[in-house]
Amino acid sequence: MSIGLGHYLAVAAILFTLGIFGIFLNRKNVIVILMSIELILLAVNINLVAFSSFLGDIVGQVYALIVLTVAAAEAAIGLAILVAYFRNRGSIAVEDINLMKG
Amino acid sequence: MIIHAIFFYLFAGITVASAVMVIAARNPVHSVLFLILAFVNAAGLFVLLGAEFLAMILIVVYVGAVAVLFLFVVMMLDVDFAELRQGFLNYLPVGALVGAVLLAELLVVVGAWAIGPDVAHAITAPIPPPSAINNTQALGLVLYTRYVYFFQAAGVILLVAMIGAIVLTLHHKPNVRRQNIAEQVARRRTSAIEVVKVKSGQGLS
Repeated sequence: MSIGLGHYLAVAAILFTLGIFGIFLNRKNVIVILMSIELILLAVNINLVAFSSFLGDIVGQVYALIVLTVAAAEAAIGLAILVAYFRNRGSIAVEDINLMKG
Repeated sequence: MIIHAIFFYLFAGITVASAVMVIAARNPVHSVLFLILAFVNAAGLFVLLGAEFLAMILIVVYVGAVAVLFLFVVMMLDVDFAELRQGFLNYLPVGALVGAVLLAELLVVVGAWAIGPDVAHAITAPIPPPSAINNTQALGLVLYTRYVYFFQAAGVILLVAMIGAIVLTLHHKPNVRRQNIAEQVARRRTSAIEVVKVKSGQGLS
């Protein structure tokens, strides 16, 4: 019944898989894709903190802090790009984003 | 110990269930709200792991900033989300296949894995006992000394993200007359008013 490192890693693995699955499932909706990326980064953070806690090394938590910063910056930039794109094209459907295809 | 297990399964279950709802919800606003629920419960898992500072940061940064930003964008963009869900089930088989393979691989890795014997000697900064020093202080003692450049880099990343977001979203409409403060301040009496001698009975033409 004791909760070990494996339990936390399993939760993180399930969250990671759900994030990947969400990207496949919502291929047209950029906002949900961004949310799926947030889920993936959350799974990574759970992994880092679990290892940090069970190995007794606090550097994992420092690294989780950096990952958190990058995730926040990524969300801000991604949503800014989304807003700019919507202003230009009036749509956020992923299959409309093909101007660079030539 | 039993309390620990109960809370672990509670937080883990709600986290996974709300993650499922994030990707399956019909309405993106509901997706964002389930994302918030997932983050709060992940913060609970962090507390169980003894990382209180990261748990609080997760709530402040994710729930307070990122999720609200998502909510703001979802509500601001006038998008027909029903149209975006067309063909939702087309990608379900391949997505489920990839997801199942990935999950199986990850769980195999998690199940058949052990900590190497040398790891205990390779610990960089051991966590001090919680009775002596709390988690926030222990993190600060490491973050502001040995990893101060990481800390600075995180600040630079946030600065670049802030500038990038402003540059991307700020735009001036061409036909809007804006206030020109320098011009207002530079105005003198000679350019602003004029004294006119008016002859009686004639008025100004």
